[in-house]
Amino acid sequence: MAIQVEVSTRNEITVVTVAGEIDGGSAPGLQSQVLPLLQQNGALVLDLAGVTYMSSAGLRVLLLLYRQAVARNGRVALAGVAETIKDTMAVTGFLKFFTVAGTVDQALTTLQQA
Amino acid sequence: MDTRIDFYPTHQHQGYKLRPGRPVPFGATLVPGGVNFAICSRYATSCTLVLFEKGASTPLVEIPIPEVFRIGNTWCMVVFDLDYERIEYGYRMEGPWDPKAGHRFDASKILLDPYAKAIGGRDVWGEPPDWNDPYPHRARLIFEDFDWEDDRPLETPLADLVIYELHARSFTRHPSAGVKHPGTYAGLMAKIPYLKELGVNCVELMPIFEFDEFENSRPNPVTGETMYNYWGYSTVGFFAPKAGYAATGPLGMQVDEFKNLVKELHRNGIEIILDVVFNHTAEGNEHGPTLSFRGIDNQTYYMLTPEGYYFNFSGCGNTLNCNNPVVRMMVLDCLRYWAAEYHIDGFRFDLAAILGRDPWGAPMPNPPLLESLAFDPILAKCKLIAEAWDAGGLYQVGSFPAYGRWAEWNGKYRDDIRRFLKGDEGMIPALAQRLQGSPDLYGWNRRGPTASINFITCHDGFTLYDLFAYNYKHNEVNGEQNRDGGDDNHSWNCGAEGETDNSEVHALRQRMIKNALAILLMSHGVPMILMGDEAGRTQRGNNNTYCHDNDLNWFDWSLLERNTGLFHFARQMIAFRKTHPLLRAREHLGISAVQADFIWHGVHAWNADWSPGSRTVAFMLRERQAGQGGNTNPVLYMALNAYWDALPFQLPELPINYRWHLFANTALSSPHDIYEPGHEIPLEPYQDSFLVGGRAVVVLVGRP
Repeated sequence: MAIQVEVSTRNEITVVTVAGEIDGGSAPGLQSQVLPLLQQNGALVLDLAGVTYMSSAGLRVLLLLYRQAVARNGRVALAGVAETIKDTMAVTGFLKFFTVAGTVDQALTTLQQA
Repeated sequence: MDTRIDFYPTHQHQGYKLRPGRPVPFGATLVPGGVNFAICSRYATSCTLVLFEKGASTPLVEIPIPEVFRIGNTWCMVVFDLDYERIEYGYRMEGPWDPKAGHRFDASKILLDPYAKAIGGRDVWGEPPDWNDPYPHRARLIFEDFDWEDDRPLETPLADLVIYELHARSFTRHPSAGVKHPGTYAGLMAKIPYLKELGVNCVELMPIFEFDEFENSRPNPVTGETMYNYWGYSTVGFFAPKAGYAATGPLGMQVDEFKNLVKELHRNGIEIILDVVFNHTAEGNEHGPTLSFRGIDNQTYYMLTPEGYYFNFSGCGNTLNCNNPVVRMMVLDCLRYWAAEYHIDGFRFDLAAILGRDPWGAPMPNPPLLESLAFDPILAKCKLIAEAWDAGGLYQVGSFPAYGRWAEWNGKYRDDIRRFLKGDEGMIPALAQRLQGSPDLYGWNRRGPTASINFITCHDGFTLYDLFAYNYKHNEVNGEQNRDGGDDNHSWNCGAEGETDNSEVHALRQRMIKNALAILLMSHGVPMILMGDEAGRTQRGNNNTYCHDNDLNWFDWSLLERNTGLFHFARQMIAFRKTHPLLRAREHLGISAVQADFIWHGVHAWNADWSPGSRTVAFMLRERQAGQGGNTNPVLYMALNAYWDALPFQLPELPINYRWHLFANTALSSPHDIYEPGHEIPLEPYQDSFLVGGRAVVVLVGRP
């Protein structure tokens, strides 16, 4: 499954916008694109508003990003997560690792306050 | 990482890249670049790996495992570049078809890996299956990377447990549960605050290993509803959590959901014990389906008669051959996996007496499987609890091979307490044993009171409400003309069979339930409460609801509003038990060096009436130094009156400066029947007797 990934910077925070379905096929590509963007003490927002499906492999990429960010003393926030995906994340325990915001703006605010 | 030469393929088959695998661990293991498949069979002559796209009815590819990849009786192979999430796998085994010799190989069947860690095919509970699917229960690959953070099994001392037995679906399936995902692990997780409020610190889940709810499913001849293998005492795969119990089952994420449930329970101080069924499998007898074991190595996995038929010590068609070394290893691998990978705190073994039988069915004095489990370094802190009987007539309550580790469901506790409560004569000596943690069963052998899992009700039989609402079982809706289910219920309907408008009968039932809860929580040993008994759950007199996916099994949460008094009573009794270490003895008093005593009284202090006509007894639990030398620890007293009239019980004297306080009196109605521990009501300073109502119990605390 193809996904689109766009990277931008807002207020010195990296914003990665993802669209499509994140599954076993697309997850490795996403991982290799996003991992290098993590910086020491840096913050990163993943805008997932365009993500319509997230498989177990997709959730694992998110958690891997989180773990890598923590190792670099950084922070990761998720924005625009669809309700069904958020629910799956809550039930399986993935959700509570993340700062979750409704929109990218809210995510930026939260990260800047932290 | 990718510099290791064994990360690269050496062989190929139809474009699939392969290399020789490793024989252990058995099952499918993710390795760099691929998946290691390993499976053993003593008598198979060849083995083919069958790969499917998820849900497809025809295979993606069949890869005969090259003979050169076989090590001993184990076929092992790495297949590279598989999409972990979209693959399902099974095996075909060739070998002899010779039932008399115990061989039932059939290469037309696609077989489930006994070590499958996730199983598809029944992803959504109750969704009618495709009966023509050539591979109905489909092994899947899983990530074993759950982020447990600081969690690990709680290792709560057995003596401190209050166990709550529940069914993962029944607990929250009823609409009144008000959870987002009814009838699932997620639903159970949402009800953790309720469990905490009640005060239990351990849940025991009825089977959650993958089973087929459609096994022997049929329309109910009485109601027309589908009857299922609802309870799930019939395992398809021992290493996989039931997908249909997971809200995320359709996404194949039941493993993560279940692990998250365990982690959240632990975070709230609640242990989790699994009810495991190793006595038989879902394949039934020679007329049952060939799903896995039968086609992989029938002679190894099953106990067979000399003619090649299946021994039936389980009452379910076949008997797993647990003391064959290969099967024993599978059981050990399985429990180790659940303990290490799922952080499970303990296991309750269904029909565990079978696990002590040799491959020909004879009970062994020193069963290797039970010994292995008792001494295993990974299971070392897990609770091991035996249902110490089987359907073949072996009854081992009090004599189960324990190795200092095994506890037992104490069936004698259940029967004796029931008989005392309903007013049978001659029960006082037995009652005294049960209250003390059954030293007659577990004292002489130094197993101690924690060898006794005390229960009055469990999933088998009446609920606590029904115990006092029905003289007879009412199992007509099970479709067997009321012939199924036990007849020795020791129940009493309190004056009317079933539902009644008679308020006196109703009040008496409430009182009897409270009596039972009070006895259970005041007894030495480990108490187990059945789901919903704290709220008066009824099964309308059905004592064998194994097949019903409806409100016969579902916990109706609105009962909590109708029976607030019961819930309040149960909650305070649990809190009382937690408050007083005297109630949670690690050893039998009087046998051990513990400086505390059970002192027996009756209607006369210091003088219990043990005669056959007696229906009363009282006891005092006291540290020997209580009231002396600065020891101000409380003294506990309980009076039990199963006689139908009120009787004055003379109270024993307390140490100077101590005074009796009333904690519980089931003769009174809520909220005057029980007080919060620490806020008991003081008796008059010179009150030297207490009038205990007919069919009532009283609990007092003596303290300064």
